[in-house]
Amino acid sequence: MSVAESKALQAREKAEVSAPAEQTRPGLVFTPAVDIFETEKEITLLADMPGVKSETLNIHLHENVLTLDGDVEPPEGPGEVDVLREYRTGKYYRQFTLSQVIDQDRIEAGMTDGVLRLILPKVEEATPRKIKVKSK
Amino acid sequence: MLFQRMTDWPTWGGLRPFEELERMRRQMERLTEGLTRGLWREPISGVFPLLNVTEDKENFYVRAELPGVKAEDLELSVTGDSLTLSGERKIAAEDENARYHRREREAGKFSRIVTLPAQVEPAKVEASCADGVLTVVLPKAEASKPKTISVKSS
Repeated sequence: MSVAESKALQAREKAEVSAPAEQTRPGLVFTPAVDIFETEKEITLLADMPGVKSETLNIHLHENVLTLDGDVEPPEGPGEVDVLREYRTGKYYRQFTLSQVIDQDRIEAGMTDGVLRLILPKVEEATPRKIKVKSK
Repeated sequence: MLFQRMTDWPTWGGLRPFEELERMRRQMERLTEGLTRGLWREPISGVFPLLNVTEDKENFYVRAELPGVKAEDLELSVTGDSLTLSGERKIAAEDENARYHRREREAGKFSRIVTLPAQVEPAKVEASCADGVLTVVLPKAEASKPKTISVKSS
């Protein structure tokens, strides 16, 4: 397994969701950075959601719309005063429309070190089958 | 407009010639105001990772969002009043046959030094990583802790 070539990481400000569905609770909403790739059998989605615990993450799949919704508790304890604030914390929210038919029963999700790994297996019919051409 | 009144400038059919200029000037003002507000809202250093530093009476707390960075890939060192944080974010390569639809996550090395407003005790510094958020607790040195002075009344 090779690792992507090392370069210096650049600081990026977290992208705030500009116009999500009207929020019912106050607080900031950010868009998580994602990697999505597809193999013949499944679609894998990796999302950076630092601070989101597996209990506070909601994943919905409804009519081909996948919704990621993660809550982040403010990490600061009571009595802490800001000295330097470079990033803000808030919810993560992002929606995707899936083009393939997903086998909803076999979806797997796992959180490790603030990265969500979501495996969406395709239903059997959607996986391409090789058809052998018989020659007479 | 004062100028207009003084020179008795003619108004062409209700159109005032300077009104357009005035409107443009106001628009420019609003634009620059918006720009600077956006810039100054968050004074970020532009060095990865972005840090939040807080303090209470006893400690300084340095926090950074480092999703996917393992504890063993992080290196921390403390001297006097500065904290050095370096490491590498690795993203393992996936299946060779995978077709990427989106690739927004980045991998790479990082190093950052932050100077704290007061001396800390390097021996008692503790760091923990949970859910991709690094928290470093730096106890303040005795000399830099706030002291309460009671005022005696004679």
